Amino acid sequence: MTQDVFAQYLITGLSVGCIYAIVAIGFNIIYSTTGIINFAQGEFVMLGAMAAISFCQCLPLPLAIAAAVLVTMLLGAGIEFVFIRWLVRPTVLRTIIITIGLSILVREAAWHIWGNQVRALPPFSGDETSSLLILGAHITPQKIWVLGTCVVMVTGLSLFFSFSLLGKMMRACAANRTAASLCGINTRNLITFSFMLSAGMGALAGCVMSPITQTTYDIGPGLAVKGFTVAILGGMGNSTAAVAAGILLGVVEAFCTHYMPLAFKDAIAVGLLLLILCVRPRGLFGSRAEVSWGS
Amino acid sequence: MRKSIGLCVLCLAALSAALGAPSLTKAGEPIKVGAIFAVTGGASFLGGPESKTVEMLVEDINAKGGVLGSPLKLIIRDSEGSPEKATAFAKQLIEEDKVVAIVGPSTSGESLQIKGLCQKAETPLLSCAAAEAIVSPVLPYVFKTPQSDSFAAERICARLKDLKLAKIGIVSANDGFGKAGRGQLQKAAPGAGLEIVADEVYEKDATDLTAVLTKLKAAGAQAVVNWSVVPAQSIIAKNIRQIGFNVPLFQSHGFGNIKYVEAAGAAAEGIVFPCGRLLVADSLPDNHPQKALLVAYKQAYEKRFGEAASTFGGHAYDAIILLVEALKKAGAAERAKVREALENLKGIVGTAGIFNFSPAEHNGLTSDAFEMLTVKDGKFVLCGK
Repeated sequence: MTQDVFAQYLITGLSVGCIYAIVAIGFNIIYSTTGIINFAQGEFVMLGAMAAISFCQCLPLPLAIAAAVLVTMLLGAGIEFVFIRWLVRPTVLRTIIITIGLSILVREAAWHIWGNQVRALPPFSGDETSSLLILGAHITPQKIWVLGTCVVMVTGLSLFFSFSLLGKMMRACAANRTAASLCGINTRNLITFSFMLSAGMGALAGCVMSPITQTTYDIGPGLAVKGFTVAILGGMGNSTAAVAAGILLGVVEAFCTHYMPLAFKDAIAVGLLLLILCVRPRGLFGSRAEVSWGS
Repeated sequence: MRKSIGLCVLCLAALSAALGAPSLTKAGEPIKVGAIFAVTGGASFLGGPESKTVEMLVEDINAKGGVLGSPLKLIIRDSEGSPEKATAFAKQLIEEDKVVAIVGPSTSGESLQIKGLCQKAETPLLSCAAAEAIVSPVLPYVFKTPQSDSFAAERICARLKDLKLAKIGIVSANDGFGKAGRGQLQKAAPGAGLEIVADEVYEKDATDLTAVLTKLKAAGAQAVVNWSVVPAQSIIAKNIRQIGFNVPLFQSHGFGNIKYVEAAGAAAEGIVFPCGRLLVADSLPDNHPQKALLVAYKQAYEKRFGEAASTFGGHAYDAIILLVEALKKAGAAERAKVREALENLKGIVGTAGIFNFSPAEHNGLTSDAFEMLTVKDGKFVLCGK
């Protein structure tokens, strides 16, 4: 393998991994506040991209993306308000069934609104053919946007959770909901907020990746599976770990295509996940406490 | 109740026709034609235009007085692309509705599933799906209107030979369409003196094909042939340019929809693919035998439905006009006579090409039915020699 081919695989893996990671972050936000694994996360990603594509026809691109993120956040809040809020003691199984049901509902609604056409946002800079040369490998400006968004998201979130009052309240709610509410924290509103935040993150992820991956009404489940894999691989609830795990998975997949038929790519991902679950059930970077999730 | 009386009348009519083959309709009564299309579901990009086309065409025929003095009555069923549903609908159309022939289904999988059934019930089937296996080996009652995959593969390989590109890389999706195309390319390539240096199959909903293209680049491919439908065929176009892999990109006839060009944007420029002439109808020479029909269909469709006409709708158009010709020639709406008439139709101009059927040839087209097209300034144009 020559150096530029090596670099090309590395960069491909890096950008694919970042896409996995930004989807995984959405899972983590809701999980770390509520213990719910939201299988409709992929639908937030799809909705964000679809809404942005629609808004793009009458608004400039940055405004269209902002509007799409906002709309998806409101929808996230609405979903929590209607379907999750009234659950007194949600069990893992129950919330999984509800969120899977929701994902089907949102997907079908999207199909009726946008049809089954393949759509895409225009690239944020340059056009569909432009690329930059780094170490003999080509990288498109849009992939740099994805990498940048990923870095900003993770930094922003860790600052938010460490320093802002709202972030601290969410962590308190995650650690012990009863104790948090005894301290005067309105845990219900916080859960609504965590759905909004994760819907917003998902929508943003959908927008930055749309020029690369394109968007159809049914991209949600595929993304959710990859994002969930990465979230588990890194350790549920830990966004920085999700990035590391996403990049690891992306790079492994990219190099695998060189040595074996492409058809085995997903088998590698699932194989890796099984291996981690057997050897290190808390994920690559997870803490021991996370193993008992759901209890 | 009314239905069962109708059925009794029909039975009586059938009985009264006595010894001869039962005529399904009397003069003046509507001639029932069944249609099975994937109007919704994953293959709706085929079934949608197909069902719209047949509705429009049959309305037009009836407005002009119908066929053999009777109007056509179209019974459309939405199979959602599922072979199981297609089977159930085919049975219903044959046994309950007693249609004279079935048009469709949209996909190869469904067509292969029901062709045996139609043969057994001795009901002509005019499939709108491309797979060779539908009409090979020939079943007397089974026909198809789209050009075969092998024609597309032959035209692509011939073009590559003309361009003196000997080392090719094949990439295809892991669905029925991709597998069939890959097989045809593997068969056609050695004949044209081409060497396949890489042959990769990817997930049909893959979103980033940079890695596999890097592999093809490292393998020294001088041209890439991709065989898939959306979304991968737009993604591959973007990725190949993005990694600076500047070799000609060939696509299958599945690329024949301007929406896919829009999805790939600037990266679609220069893609070469074989396709029926519908998309370039306006730029055909005026004396081309298909021109008048293609332009008329395209304009009528676009005016009525406000969306671009696709070659897929054209396959259903061809099925209906072939059926009408066969009915006229047979002189009666009887399944066996219609079948025999279909088999002997010659020189019928359709959207896909000029159909010449024979007892051994139930597609009736040759590889001339395809034209090599390319994308220039976001539009389809004929490929220069």
